[in-house]
Amino acid sequence: MTEGSPLSLHVPEPEVRPGGTPDFSNVPIPKAGSVPRPEVDADPKSIRDLAYSIIRVLNREGEAVGPWAGTLTDEELAEGLRHMMTLRAFDTRMQMAQRQGKTSFYMQHMGEEAVSCAFRKALNQGDMNFPTYRQAGLLIAGGYPMVDMMNQIYSNERDPLKGRQLPVMYASKEHGFFSISGNLTTQYIQAVGWAMASAIKNDTKIAAAWVGDGATAESDFHAALVFASTYKAPVVLNIVNNQWAISTFQGIARGGSGTFAARGLGFGIPALRVDGNDYLAVHAVAKWATERARRNLGPTLVEYVTYRVGAHSTSDDPSAYRPKTESDAWPLGDPVIRLKNHLILRGVWSDERHKQAEAEILDTVITAQKEAESHGTLHAGGKPSTRDMFEGVYAEMPPHLRRQRQQAGV
Amino acid sequence: MPIEILMPALSPTMEEGNLSKWLKNEGDKVVAGDVIAEIETDKATMEVEAVDEGILGKILVPAGTEGVKVNTPIAILAVEGEDIDKLGEGIGEEEVSAKAEAAMPAEAPAETKPAPVAAAPKIEVAADPDIPAGTEMVSTTVREALRDAMAEEMRRDENVFVMGEEVAEYQGAYKITQGLLQEFGARRVVDTPITEHGFAGVGVGAAMAGLRPIVEFMTFNFAMQAIDQIINSAAKTLYMSGGQMGAPIVFRGPNGAAARVAAQHSQDYAAWYSHIPGLKVVMPYTAADAKGLLKAAIRDPNPIIFLENEILYGQSFDVPKLDDFVLPIGKARIHKTGKDVTIVSFGIGMTYAVKAEAELRSLGIDAEIIDLRTIRPLDLDTIITSVKKTNRLVVVEEGYPQSSVGDFIANQVSQRAFDFLDAPVITIAGKDVPMPYAANLEKLALPNVGEVVEAVKAVTYR
Repeated sequence: MTEGSPLSLHVPEPEVRPGGTPDFSNVPIPKAGSVPRPEVDADPKSIRDLAYSIIRVLNREGEAVGPWAGTLTDEELAEGLRHMMTLRAFDTRMQMAQRQGKTSFYMQHMGEEAVSCAFRKALNQGDMNFPTYRQAGLLIAGGYPMVDMMNQIYSNERDPLKGRQLPVMYASKEHGFFSISGNLTTQYIQAVGWAMASAIKNDTKIAAAWVGDGATAESDFHAALVFASTYKAPVVLNIVNNQWAISTFQGIARGGSGTFAARGLGFGIPALRVDGNDYLAVHAVAKWATERARRNLGPTLVEYVTYRVGAHSTSDDPSAYRPKTESDAWPLGDPVIRLKNHLILRGVWSDERHKQAEAEILDTVITAQKEAESHGTLHAGGKPSTRDMFEGVYAEMPPHLRRQRQQAGV
Repeated sequence: MPIEILMPALSPTMEEGNLSKWLKNEGDKVVAGDVIAEIETDKATMEVEAVDEGILGKILVPAGTEGVKVNTPIAILAVEGEDIDKLGEGIGEEEVSAKAEAAMPAEAPAETKPAPVAAAPKIEVAADPDIPAGTEMVSTTVREALRDAMAEEMRRDENVFVMGEEVAEYQGAYKITQGLLQEFGARRVVDTPITEHGFAGVGVGAAMAGLRPIVEFMTFNFAMQAIDQIINSAAKTLYMSGGQMGAPIVFRGPNGAAARVAAQHSQDYAAWYSHIPGLKVVMPYTAADAKGLLKAAIRDPNPIIFLENEILYGQSFDVPKLDDFVLPIGKARIHKTGKDVTIVSFGIGMTYAVKAEAELRSLGIDAEIIDLRTIRPLDLDTIITSVKKTNRLVVVEEGYPQSSVGDFIANQVSQRAFDFLDAPVITIAGKDVPMPYAANLEKLALPNVGEVVEAVKAVTYR
């Protein structure tokens, strides 16, 4: 290039577009068990490599191998498998309900079930998640009633959020699930603030922040890292990298950075990258990061490498921007099948039991759905109370709102 | 089983009525369709018909009772064979109060006290506390009053803490947090990195965790980048979470124009934040109001925008020397009573109103000045009452003219007191230009005393 020649703009492009052949050969997948497990109080400077690798436990044969294996018993793993299967069945039914017009909107988790289901098992009662919209596994694995989730989705007379929030934007203080914000990433800095408050109070509770790969571009994400780093907040900063932010591939938000996890390194925050489709690996990393927080060692940034198999939401058609067969080519496989194979290899599960469990779970989900629908759906049956519309704007109702409610005749 | 006869509703909006007359007496036999009583509202009179057959066993609400709430049991109908003397015994306090609760706002327990005839819902804000005669008044700057309010509340509640840029070591960019670091330490007086968006979000998260943060913005002009956290999270989360999680937090700092700081540092956000349900917006003028209202704001379970003014910081006012001086949010203060015209203002706008009033007095015009103190919820009742007396209204503020606080007041007054107005309402605001830097232009861009005097003369036809 000579001086004075015109400049040109660089816009990152995904490897393949619709019609092309899916290719993940540029995604290096380290062997399961190959990444070392440092002590939780290791000097962040000494473990910078972990931000560029992928921690994996389950190998191709379904064995749990390496230093991150062994955080869960067979019974706990079987329970985890059930949680993921439940979430998947729940998704299927709710996706269908949306197509039937029973709700306006739904977002499914297909391919990402392990992330929220396994992470939840590393939390204690009283810890608080500040989730985004694809972590319903935190509720399912935490024992939140499915009927209440459906009541929220249907916005019916039993909707715990009283008809005030978009479907899937659940909130449960009791179950450590902060209200989901439609403005992306506001919750990330709030999680840090919540964690700082816990530290100020000399409490023992920790917070977990959640964000997708695309929303790491929001300034809240960067402010959160500043505060978490400065005040060593007891928080786990999770990034779910499912490769796609609606139609923009993860390279748009990541830019020239090697990985999303590496964003933490400049702040001196230990950063790990983990196989998000490996229930055992997710749990092991979650245990490590939560233990750091509980021991007042400060924040940990965790990037879950996974793949969004389904559409972004019921309003999205991914065939417009990526090959239809791309998910089949995803090198980290299906989290449900991988855990199932592991349990079969361990001799504590079988194809028959799996089929039986699938049938039982579907039955449970349908029973819950019937109950929820008896309280109404988007266009039919019980509705949220009009009176409630005026409640909760303030902790106590000011005179002008009471007047408006009187005018509304409720 | 005896059957309760309830106070019926004449219309969907009717909440109460007067029981003017009983047409049947205790012991009378009634059949379905019999007219047993008459009730009246301000709109109409209605006959109460019996729905069931039986004996009018007991009249619970005597004729002539006013303000009987809808669904209050007014009588008991006994079916054949029941002992009418025992009727009403089961319908004691519990049942009636449960019914009243169902019909009444849950946040007003005082109004749901067990009584067969519930009082009409009083829509009224608490008045200022009485200041005992002989209370010492101490001349205090607004700056000191704000500091004292924070210090007192931090002593009172371990959960209260203050955070922001320069609040600790530097004692506040405008010295409002003077001495707080020394008294409360770095755990409760926290210097933050320079990101309003960041520490507003941290504050919201801390409030959700049960602390009571006071977030100081060096100026509200810098809070523009935090407005997403304030409006989309702090103001809405209580509602969106179905009432589970709210943010008791105070965002405070200087607001509006100071002097020679130009367009990006001279904006008044009163109207901006007053637009948002879920927020309360407080904007005091005097030191006493600054102290009493900031203490109330810190204790309030809602997110509060507390708008101060750099020019007022150094001004002194009398503050009553009381152990715990707390003022009600949402209540305007009549700064001076008068009969010829009502001047409504708030914050630094009051300085124009007060100076104009002195000048008007020399012209023989007796102005009433109302200091709003709180912009949201707005104390319209005090304004309307005053306008009904003076029949003339001028509103003064420094913010921009379109969609101003004065616009809303003018609109409400035209709806609620149109027939009392003897002249159009005049709203005085800043000029519709970004604040210029040059002193002569800055002065022109802001309201001035002369404008207020002229406006009053116009509405009083002088």
